[in-house]
Amino acid sequence: MHKRVTFDNKLLPYLLVSPQILVTLVFFFIPAGEAVVYSVFSQDAFGIEINFVGLDNFLFLLNDPHYLRSFGITVFYSVAVAVSALIPALILAVLADGVAKGATVYKTLLIWPYAVAPAVAGVLWVFMFNPAVGIVAQWLRAAGIDWNYKLDGDQAMALVIFAAAWKQISYNFLFFLAGLQAIPKSLIEAAAIDGAGPMRRFFTIILPLLSPTTFFLAVVNMVYAFFDTFGVIHAVTLGGPAGATNILVYKVFNDGFIGLDLGSSSAQSVILLLIVVVLTVVQFRYVERKVQY
Amino acid sequence: MFTRRLLVTAATAALIGAAAPAYAAPVEIQWWHAMGGPLGEKLVSIAEGFNKSQSDYKVVPVFKGSYPEAMTGAIAAFRAKQQPDIVQVFEVGTATMMAAKGAIYPVYELMKDEGEKFDPKAYVSAVTGYYSDSKGNLLSFPFNSSTPVFYYNKTLFKKAGLDPEKAPKTWPEVAEAGKKLRAAGVACGITTTWPSWVNIENLSVWHAKPIATLNNGFDGLGTKLEIATPLQVKHIEALAEWQKDKVFDYGGRTNQAGSKFASQDCAMLIESSGGQAAIRANAAKAGYEFGIGMMPYWPDVQGAPQNSIIGGATLWVLKGKPKANYKGVAKFFTYLSKPEVQADWHQSTGYLPITNASYQLTLESGFYQKFPGADIPFLQMSNKAPLPYTKGLRLGYMVQVRDVIEEELEAAFSGKKTAKAALEDAQTRGNALLRKFEQENK
Repeated sequence: MHKRVTFDNKLLPYLLVSPQILVTLVFFFIPAGEAVVYSVFSQDAFGIEINFVGLDNFLFLLNDPHYLRSFGITVFYSVAVAVSALIPALILAVLADGVAKGATVYKTLLIWPYAVAPAVAGVLWVFMFNPAVGIVAQWLRAAGIDWNYKLDGDQAMALVIFAAAWKQISYNFLFFLAGLQAIPKSLIEAAAIDGAGPMRRFFTIILPLLSPTTFFLAVVNMVYAFFDTFGVIHAVTLGGPAGATNILVYKVFNDGFIGLDLGSSSAQSVILLLIVVVLTVVQFRYVERKVQY
Repeated sequence: MFTRRLLVTAATAALIGAAAPAYAAPVEIQWWHAMGGPLGEKLVSIAEGFNKSQSDYKVVPVFKGSYPEAMTGAIAAFRAKQQPDIVQVFEVGTATMMAAKGAIYPVYELMKDEGEKFDPKAYVSAVTGYYSDSKGNLLSFPFNSSTPVFYYNKTLFKKAGLDPEKAPKTWPEVAEAGKKLRAAGVACGITTTWPSWVNIENLSVWHAKPIATLNNGFDGLGTKLEIATPLQVKHIEALAEWQKDKVFDYGGRTNQAGSKFASQDCAMLIESSGGQAAIRANAAKAGYEFGIGMMPYWPDVQGAPQNSIIGGATLWVLKGKPKANYKGVAKFFTYLSKPEVQADWHQSTGYLPITNASYQLTLESGFYQKFPGADIPFLQMSNKAPLPYTKGLRLGYMVQVRDVIEEELEAAFSGKKTAKAALEDAQTRGNALLRKFEQENK
């Protein structure tokens, strides 16, 4: 029997977690609580006159077909961002894992984009793809493509997906690389001795063993696309053209901070909050069970 | 938000700390504005001019980003009791500011309370009308007012065999010029900035048609949009048709389309008169000549052209500051009203001269001979005596209403909807927002 380490001090554990709890309270629970309160009131921009309106803010939203359309757009956008950020990251990680010489250089370069803020990433892409002055836009035009993402919703969507995914690839790369390095070399060598080729080894050994990482990253990427990419949207498309890239969180920002309709904006955040709760429960209950740890 | 508040607090604390060494330091007046680039530099020089003219007050201009950012920043600051004395608010924020009676200090009251001489009649009525209450009292101080005008690239006109000294006057003439330009290898004929302001709001008024009932909302909150009438449908239909072969090419919201003119992709542009300074600088650098004309009109519409309406911004005074500050604000506004200050601002930026005296001064100085076309915005805005529904517009949730209109315009230009369907949808959606505003501000 080995000796158990115990903490007799009753206060210390609370003291140790208190900074984290304080941060969560100040930055999450209080604002979220305020949003819930605001969502049943209507108020002018300056907060001088506040009236209780019950569920009116919610009813207005749910009767707005454009709000419902924004739902569909958000789902498509998040899945697309997650997929286009995960697959290249995995390929890069596998390649970087196999590099013997100068591995640190490759890894450092691949991680760099993560340090770029979403809004800045958006501006970078705007400069390259601006239909009038962008360098890539000029190549596209020279290649005979009618590039105008300010009018073509599909092009706009593709552009924001790339801009949002590009940044996230670095983050995913880091986790995949760590995951790959945790896979015992003996397993792979054993398979190689049994005659399994590189593709076979990848799909039957590496990929299943990476599934916890992949699952974790899928969740993180979806959440990233849902909530953190409004900087990209704001810099690149402003939610247009014709609402083609108006994802839910951008609409919250636009209605609340630009349009100063705090009631509706808060109601939208409450709906988003509920979606996240549902998503998290579903994912952890049904998806996590199938993942091998 | 929290960190921003913290920063504001920290910055304020630092300012107070810095101002502490007491050798009768001047009273500081915070002026939040949204003028970037050459406009911002000019604005700062105006504040410096005032600061040098006396020693009791010091106006401190602070650049706050875009118009919406400056406005929401000031409102958030007001809620946190850290508001500036003066904030520059764009014209679509007018209804929101007016409704906030406990937060704003109406300019006519301020000037009366502080005993500063102030004659609203000295101002151009098309400007003051936009910012007055129903009794004709001026609520905010008109600073930069603009109106959309027509710009064209003379160098490209020459290349396409068009007369560079003759700006197209009507939309059919624009289309004809656009087709010739396209044939000569120019990437696009015409584009416009601020899609809703130019192609719906000003289009309607320029053709002597209202934008909304109850005189565009001036007479009450029960106003309804009238933006799917035959005139507007015809105009948007034509643009959507021209979009197909790039006689017209959509260039995005706000003033984004300006880059298509700057890069010489488009040879014609409808843009705010306030964009003139940037275009002049760009033309000199890129080596092309440009001309200015009035907005084109449809010649078969009776009464066209009527007059155009303004955009731009005014200065709102916020409540909750020490009494001494307001004395300074009033003195600053008196300084801003001086004909020579106004004329200088007008001449170097392209914004409208907003006092009659500053227009006269500029006229007498020979400025309009030196820069032909610089008087076009003023002439266009005062083309005819305004009708009750061509003075401007006052619609609640105007920011969202414009978003809705622009979304639907994009759907029309990309061919996803017909012009008629798009405008009818914009009208329905916009009216829903107006009803919501009516309910909230009863």
